[in-house]
Amino acid sequence: MADKIKLRVVTPSRLVLEEDVDEVSAPGELGEFGVLPDHISFLSTLVAGEMSYKQGAARHALVVGGGYAEVLDNVMTVLASAAEFAGEIDSARAQRAKERAEKRMGEVNFDDPEYPQLEEAQRRALARLQVASKETRR
Amino acid sequence: MATLKVIRKRISSVKNTQQITKAMKMVSAAKLRRAQEAAVQARPYAEKMTELLKNVSARVASEAHPLLTPREEKKVQLVLFTSDRGLCGGYNTNMIRAAETFIRQHAGEREIKLTLVGRKGADHFRRRGAEISERYVDILYKPADELAGEIAEKQISRFVSGEADAVYIVYSRFRSALSQVPTVEKLLPVTLAQTDDAQAQQQTEYLYEPGVEQILASLLPRITGIAVQRALLEATASEHGARMTAMESASGNAAKMIGSLTLQMNRARQASITRELLEIVGTAEALK
Repeated sequence: MADKIKLRVVTPSRLVLEEDVDEVSAPGELGEFGVLPDHISFLSTLVAGEMSYKQGAARHALVVGGGYAEVLDNVMTVLASAAEFAGEIDSARAQRAKERAEKRMGEVNFDDPEYPQLEEAQRRALARLQVASKETRR
Repeated sequence: MATLKVIRKRISSVKNTQQITKAMKMVSAAKLRRAQEAAVQARPYAEKMTELLKNVSARVASEAHPLLTPREEKKVQLVLFTSDRGLCGGYNTNMIRAAETFIRQHAGEREIKLTLVGRKGADHFRRRGAEISERYVDILYKPADELAGEIAEKQISRFVSGEADAVYIVYSRFRSALSQVPTVEKLLPVTLAQTDDAQAQQQTEYLYEPGVEQILASLLPRITGIAVQRALLEATASEHGARMTAMESASGNAAKMIGSLTLQMNRARQASITRELLEIVGTAEALK
């Protein structure tokens, strides 16, 4: 019976994180899911959003882009297009990205091929802002 | 015979050239280190992705997704990676030669179109009047993942629409600063390394969310992007490696040249001293 999960977060440009943690929660495509030690082997797609993990009493949050999460033998591997800790987020840039996406969403038709991309961009920006604001409140 | 003054001038000009090649070598060495680091850092992601793909695709038939389905290769797209700048030894020549060999091998029965990444290759094939679908130049100013995404997306849509039946990439695999190997790989359709039965049985059964097919459909384009990005990173490292080696040998050649010129200069100087002495002695004799 393991009491820790090894969490690895990998992006195309680097290995962001590799640590033993107690609990992880991540934004799956079908909704947020949590992972505790001795989880069943599991593979899910991720959407842009907030991911967090608990290490003892401390809870850390980071924002991830879309990607995949694999859980196997108490090792959870997150493959994300991007991953940033709250302190690394450029809030001003995310705010601009959000406004840009929303403005464009008002301009194009709902069934325009561009629309899903814009929604995705908006979701990414919102996730960044959300994680960043949490960190500053603390 | 060359005069002293002319030889001195040559020496100082060769010294200038040597300084430049030395500086370029140093710059390339630094850039090579960075390029290698980037390639190494990208590796865990690529490896894990490939592992995932193998796992998922073992569970579905090979016709499950258009990007996995091979067709008769009548129209072929060739993506060639070269550098934007010269002065890197045989690097670009080797890459272009590898591409031309490929074209010659397949020219008869297949129609080949080119996608050229890097100015050197683009210039070469434009002069030859080859059929070029698109060119990407100034590649080093763009982040590798962005450019790779752009290229991959274009090729995927081309493959899906039937404009190309297969896409190959030609890039330089980085082995060491001294050795870069031109490599041809099939990009699309995505081919999977054969897994033997024992290995297949060992594979774990996962709980999939949302479903195997959806995961596969989102994995394949990403895998393609990663393959392009890896090619791009390897090509960048190769370019810097080739330039470093070329500049090193250029500096060596300059040093040799300076040596032989210095020898010539000393001979000329000695000859002129001897001549002057003879003149003085001769005049003194005549005055007696």
